[in-house]
Amino acid sequence: MKNHIEARNIVKRFGPTVALNGAGITIAEGETHALVGRNGAGKSTLVSILTGLQRPDEGEVLFSGETAPALADRDAWRQRVACVYQKSTIIPALTVAENLFLNRQTTGGPINWRALRAKARELLSTYEVDVDAAALASDLNVEQRQLVEIARALSFGARFIILDEPTARLDGLAIERLFARMRALREQGVTMMYISHHLDEVYEICQSVTVFRDARHVMTRPVAALPHDELVSAMTGEATTVYEARTRGAANGTVVLSAESLSLAGRFQAVDLAVRTGEVVGLAGSGSSGKVGLAETLVGLHKPDSGTVTVNGTRVRPGDVPAALGAGLGFVPEDRNREGFVPLLSVGENGTLPIARKLGRYGVISPARRRSKAVQLIKELDIKTEGPDQPVGDLSGGNAQKVVFARALVDNPAALVVINPTAGVDVKAKQALLGAVEDAVERGAGAVLVSDELDDLRICDRVLVMFHGRVVKDVPRGWTDHELVAVMEGIEE
Amino acid sequence: MTTLTAPPPRVRLARFRDLTLVPVILILLVVGAFLDPIFLSVGNLTNVLQQQASISLLVLAEALILIAGKFDLSLESTVGMAPAIAVMLVIPASAGGFGLGLPGPLVIPLCLLVGAAIGVFNGFLIIKFQLSAFIVTLAMLIIVHGLQLGPTEGKTLFELPESILYLGSATWFGLPAAIWIAAVLFAAGIAGLAYFRLGRALYAIGGNADAARAAGIRVDRVLWGVFILGGTLAALAGVLETGRLGAIGSNQGVGWIFMVFAAAVIGGVSMDGGKGTILGALTGVLVIGLVQNILTLKGVSGFWQPVVYGCIILIALIISRIAGGKAQD
Repeated sequence: MKNHIEARNIVKRFGPTVALNGAGITIAEGETHALVGRNGAGKSTLVSILTGLQRPDEGEVLFSGETAPALADRDAWRQRVACVYQKSTIIPALTVAENLFLNRQTTGGPINWRALRAKARELLSTYEVDVDAAALASDLNVEQRQLVEIARALSFGARFIILDEPTARLDGLAIERLFARMRALREQGVTMMYISHHLDEVYEICQSVTVFRDARHVMTRPVAALPHDELVSAMTGEATTVYEARTRGAANGTVVLSAESLSLAGRFQAVDLAVRTGEVVGLAGSGSSGKVGLAETLVGLHKPDSGTVTVNGTRVRPGDVPAALGAGLGFVPEDRNREGFVPLLSVGENGTLPIARKLGRYGVISPARRRSKAVQLIKELDIKTEGPDQPVGDLSGGNAQKVVFARALVDNPAALVVINPTAGVDVKAKQALLGAVEDAVERGAGAVLVSDELDDLRICDRVLVMFHGRVVKDVPRGWTDHELVAVMEGIEE
Repeated sequence: MTTLTAPPPRVRLARFRDLTLVPVILILLVVGAFLDPIFLSVGNLTNVLQQQASISLLVLAEALILIAGKFDLSLESTVGMAPAIAVMLVIPASAGGFGLGLPGPLVIPLCLLVGAAIGVFNGFLIIKFQLSAFIVTLAMLIIVHGLQLGPTEGKTLFELPESILYLGSATWFGLPAAIWIAAVLFAAGIAGLAYFRLGRALYAIGGNADAARAAGIRVDRVLWGVFILGGTLAALAGVLETGRLGAIGSNQGVGWIFMVFAAAVIGGVSMDGGKGTILGALTGVLVIGLVQNILTLKGVSGFWQPVVYGCIILIALIISRIAGGKAQD
């Protein structure tokens, strides 16, 4: 079999970070080839290099043995490779027909709309896409928009198509229909590269798989002869324990945070959860599993469609953050830069925002009391700062995150919700932050820890694994990476 | 092939969305006719159109910029500044000019050039330098007006070259030339945005600039071109206004931008970009022009008219919110 796509020894750096370090991929003609790897493994960078959006620093890309065209020659690239990106490139205000032929509505002269619609109908029926060419794209659902994107991608004549996490926004039936379509395309001889976090999908639709880890190529193997375990361990690599989790007695105290049949359309369904005092409960799952949505709903950032949240014995009004915080909840948000702190305000002010009312009477804040509280917080969490008056925006990621922790912990919360606490922080800060969670729990709080990092989840007494919006498994302490990832990727339930 | 449930009535409705103001215009015509017999006379309606001709060019320019997803407040200052500077380059120092003695026929090309240059500068700051269009053009609104006040020292220019007066005062085929010019430019705008790739590129950029870039549209170049076109149209509006009034006052164009936005928005052009048509914007101008005329004919005090305009904008927004059903940003 001929090789349709070959990328050899690709090196791509973004400033000090190396996104791809001598990685490569070879895809035979007519096969559906999976590319898997954990976040940051370099998959998206490879996509942008294979689609000609970025130039590799080193290495070469070959299409059917020929060197790739120049970066500026967009048409040549589009004739060789088509891509359905994670982010939709459909323009909602325009019709389906115009989206299909965007910027090539006519070869010159005025646009003949009737002819354009006819051409669009022809294209849609060629690829058996059941969508009205005259409809506005905004009236289409997610699945239909994706089909339009696939049809558009193929209409340039490319015989190689990259699908970047196409199932992330689709429900089960739509995924089945997409797979049926992919099989049909494969029978017509189209080569595909398929990126997904769901390994079960890889086994269902792909013939071979390439694994990237930490910007490097780890292995390429036919899917059929590859045991699940081996694939998962290729993705995770050697598990290096950087933080030694402490042991705690079995949690049998009172429930400090609970959810009953909590549902939010498109994010998660019918989730029950109970966190006891002295317990860390982990939430694991892929990006589309709904784990972040669930945690944010517990805090009140989203209003659930149904179900209730109880914090420290108080049933809080759904979707009311102040009520949840007032009931004794501490919260470390997913994106600290956006929701975690006010960059221009000082360490002291950010850390004491929730307890401002305790620092003085009649709305007056006593600077001296704030200062002394801030000094105490800085000491407790070991925040590296010039002092309580330094703006948080000037701190490093890890120290800024500690300020966010300080804010969450300052009022001695009964329940703590922490989302991706160690994202973008160094090893040292990571240990301090995980230690802070365990400290709070030892003081009697109950914590929910959401994380994409398996190492973070080691401090949990149990981990709830979510898959497509449901809690599928309650894993007690002592799991291995293999076990957890297998459940997260939906291989085993 | 079974067609998917994209309900036909909805498609038809979308097609007529540009025309939602047509019934309003008809109502205004009927109401005006009852209120004042002069209203429906050819003379009066011609007058309405002529008065609106120059502001309509600004609406055209703003509609193009809004559809492309950007913003330009500085257009109104260009209306006074571009012709004033062009005239001062031509007329002698004794009449308040710079005394350069450039030939008189050059005044219109110079004026358009000044407008284009303002567009170039706006585009440079907004597209190349990536500054906020709102703040840049707000600053330029002040600067450009200042560039008129400074050289003229706030005085009105009366001694104008013949050539700049012609377009605003001539009559072609029984109608003022300004109406013809506006009509032709609007026709070009309607056709350009509906039937040409460049026009459609504006919708693509305003709707999703990344998708437009991925489709091979040269987003920056198109946007810059739109700003330059906008400045040029504003300068042309200044030429027409100058010809209509026979002088360039220090506040020519001042305060127009509110009406311009009002006309564009009630005409269905989205402030978020990617939506609206030139025809819709035109109906917006006509509505505002007719209301203005009726209020003047009925002797409503000029001091009270702003209240009426403001209310019309709000009512139009409420109607389109109810008809469109979607929350507006």
